[in-house]
Amino acid sequence: MLVNALNSISQWAIPLLLLIIPIYGFIKKVPVYEKFVEGAEEGFHTAVRIIPFLVGMMVAISVFRASGAMQVLADLIKPVTDLIGAPAEIVPLAVMRPLSGSGVLGMATELMRVYGPDSFIGRLASVMQGTTDTTFFVLTVYFGSVGITRYRYSVLIGLSADITGFLAALFLCHHVFG
Amino acid sequence: MLNLIWLVLLTSGIIVAAWHGNIEVVTEAALKAAHDAVEVCMNLVGIMALWLGIMKIAESGGLIKALARLLRPLMIRLFPSVPPHHPAMGAIILNLSANVLGLGNAATPFGMKAMQGLQELNPHPGVASDAMCTFLALNTSCITLLPATIIGVRASFNSVNPTEIVGPCILATAASMTVGVTLDYLFRRRNRQRRE
Repeated sequence: MLVNALNSISQWAIPLLLLIIPIYGFIKKVPVYEKFVEGAEEGFHTAVRIIPFLVGMMVAISVFRASGAMQVLADLIKPVTDLIGAPAEIVPLAVMRPLSGSGVLGMATELMRVYGPDSFIGRLASVMQGTTDTTFFVLTVYFGSVGITRYRYSVLIGLSADITGFLAALFLCHHVFG
Repeated sequence: MLNLIWLVLLTSGIIVAAWHGNIEVVTEAALKAAHDAVEVCMNLVGIMALWLGIMKIAESGGLIKALARLLRPLMIRLFPSVPPHHPAMGAIILNLSANVLGLGNAATPFGMKAMQGLQELNPHPGVASDAMCTFLALNTSCITLLPATIIGVRASFNSVNPTEIVGPCILATAASMTVGVTLDYLFRRRNRQRRE
């Protein structure tokens, strides 16, 4: 019931925004098409401006992942994750979570293919996929769009939130799905 | 900090690849990622143009200001360094709302617009401001009511109940958001005390 409602919100949100905002603008005597083009032009410049930042970050993350260095890191933290009752299969996913959104989705899909979506691992992978955003992608794109290279404590906060999300997902899956 | 993280990611990758005797993966991964990064941005061009165009109409009509006024009591507590009437406030609200509704492709353009607004207020242009850090703490740990992609994946593998993970997702995100916002508050307070 709730999910159906949420589903229809997701489906209707964009068409409704595209309908209501231009009509609202017209009523308020905004030259709607001219203003649209004016805003769209800004969007174009912003998207191009983030290219160098994203190239730098995606290359480093991709090399880190493809070389097996990420697996080495996952093996290194395994004693800690064993201690808190996280399945070994999940650890690489936790390491990947802040680095690559498409990577996490790929790994979560693979875990569900192997273990099934209703297994503990499948459920935990699902919750981890649906929790928190890809920290490094967000920071790179958002800061990159205004040319900021010194992120101060943002990385630390993002990673702390990711670790919390992982621990909470583990705890909740143990208690909700047993 | 970021310089170090970037350096470690890249060099440790190359060293591990060399250690495992498959150095050729480095070249392939690096070139492919460089190509993919541009593709991500190119995909963003159209989406950004569309949403920032629509946002401009809403802004010109005064809709964004009205929205910001509605949430002002909350926003001035989260962003004390941003004037309550500043356009960045409206963009931040739009970005977070789009995130909550799971409209990822609308969230990014609104988010960049918010960053541009915050950058206008930033006294040190190359360095992240307090308000930017708060905004990104909220953004990276933001709740999505319906994680549509993963529900789709679960359904495609014939899950008995593909949406059973929605509740745990929301609770886990709430936990990470609480930690993010609390840490941000503590960092801000510490910095303020240092300055005084």
